[in-house]
Amino acid sequence: MTGWQLNALLGTVLLLASLAAVFAASGGAGPAALFDTSGSLDALVLRELRLPRVILGILIGAGLGAAGAVLQGFFRNPLADPGVVGVSASAGLGAVVCLYFGLSASFALALPMAGVAGAALGVVSLFVIAGQGATATTLILAGVAVNAAAGAFTALLMNLAPNPWALAEIAYWLMGSLNDASWTEVGFAAPVILTGLIMLAPLGRGLDALGLGEETARSLGIGLGRLRLAVIMGTALAVGGGVAVAGAIGFVGLVVPHVLRPFVQHRPGALVLPSALGGGLLIVLADLATRLFSGPGIPLYLGVLTALIGAPFFLWLVRQSQRRAP
Amino acid sequence: MTRLSLDAISYRPGDAGLFDTLTLEIQGPALVALVGPNGAGKSSLLRLAAGLARPATGEVRLDGHGLASVGETERARSIAYLPPDGRTAWPISARRLVALGRIPHLKPLRRLTADDEAAVDLALERTETSHLAGRGFDTLSSGEQARVLLARTLAVAAPVILLDEPTAALDARHQLGVLEILAAEARRGAMVIVALHALDLAVRHADRIIALDKGRVVADGAPERALTARVLADVFGVEAPDGLMAGGLRLKR
Repeated sequence: MTGWQLNALLGTVLLLASLAAVFAASGGAGPAALFDTSGSLDALVLRELRLPRVILGILIGAGLGAAGAVLQGFFRNPLADPGVVGVSASAGLGAVVCLYFGLSASFALALPMAGVAGAALGVVSLFVIAGQGATATTLILAGVAVNAAAGAFTALLMNLAPNPWALAEIAYWLMGSLNDASWTEVGFAAPVILTGLIMLAPLGRGLDALGLGEETARSLGIGLGRLRLAVIMGTALAVGGGVAVAGAIGFVGLVVPHVLRPFVQHRPGALVLPSALGGGLLIVLADLATRLFSGPGIPLYLGVLTALIGAPFFLWLVRQSQRRAP
Repeated sequence: MTRLSLDAISYRPGDAGLFDTLTLEIQGPALVALVGPNGAGKSSLLRLAAGLARPATGEVRLDGHGLASVGETERARSIAYLPPDGRTAWPISARRLVALGRIPHLKPLRRLTADDEAAVDLALERTETSHLAGRGFDTLSSGEQARVLLARTLAVAAPVILLDEPTAALDARHQLGVLEILAAEARRGAMVIVALHALDLAVRHADRIIALDKGRVVADGAPERALTARVLADVFGVEAPDGLMAGGLRLKR
């Protein structure tokens, strides 16, 4: 299967899954309801709740998938993932700071910008601690450190929360969910995530060259400084924008590139676009599942579901990489 | 003709000064062997010549143009470099690995052109690895991996080819094979500079030998003139009673 065919296939499946997610459990409302201008409840639910929710899910999944593929290619390590290495937690911290101090009320883009700033801080810390060409162990340890730091400050803010409701709001928000998705959230997140994706998309050639090591990549004319900057900014935007509006949704960036890697013959550069499409697909399906499984009054959170799927997968991947190389 | 000049290079990796106003002029086409004990500065010299390290003072020039002022892509097309610990992080196929050598020639966001494919085929052919093209790099033996990495370097089709220890970890037959491939490249018009530990291989294949010791050039010239008994004894602590040219291994025809 060529890269083009894989992307076409993933794109088609994503489209079908999205349509299914929009219309599933919608009380039998058909596509016609989308264009129904009579203001019926069914049409309103589809247009104002379902559609933005699915679109936001695609965007967030695409950001996480692409960021995971790029981080794995850049660190030459299949364990790199925005959640595992602490980028999502840092973005979460940025957003919690924004929520806590009420900055989100002062201007509209404050929340996504805080998420991006937090994510950028997380990636930069990771680069500083792990360095380039980090071994699997160093990378994961650096991720533990970044996760711990972000978690500590987040816990501090929760500790200092003025009342239980504020605390509960932060706690639920951190679990990651698309429950509150509306066109407003899409409006915030879309420009940020899309900018990130546009920055990550052309990095493929550099990632391919990096597979042969830094010296070879440089000898092939790849400017590592520029590549590093693009990875930091692109990852921060693609992950931070999503985390800011939907909380931390883990393991998407770990699972999706890993599953798709054999289909692109293990080329790190060819993995970025399929991972974006696959990430969108995974979030749409997982979010659909949370909607279908949720009992009345007790919503199952999307981030909880992806963690339940992702954590065993992560364990398995760690075992695999131990067996293969030191 | 290709001309690589190192003009009064000083270079200090870490704290210790390695090269102090080192001047060296290399003309191609030729196969030039860089020899010297561990820590003599062979790898640093190659990295400076490849433009991967910047000298503290002095200038590296290729055909009269300072490397520092040449663009990254332009430099990458002119100088191919093979690092000592050639590996790949991902189990890609041998052909795809060799094709990475075409990166400096690719237009942004474009695929390989027919010219690129032809260059990849040629590199595979010259290193006798065409039959390995479809195999995963991780499934190859060390000898095959070394030849595929060499093919990646040749695929750049650069006038200057720099190789750091391409024969390390290879058996006698594969070492000879690699040197013959490099000699053939030099005959076709490339300037090939190769860092080697095997002195007998250097003597028998190279057109010129540059011996380094502690960052200084201690011998430079045609193989037998450069590696005199005194240089062998003082720099390497070995002797060759029958001469380096005589005896030794040859590829079986």
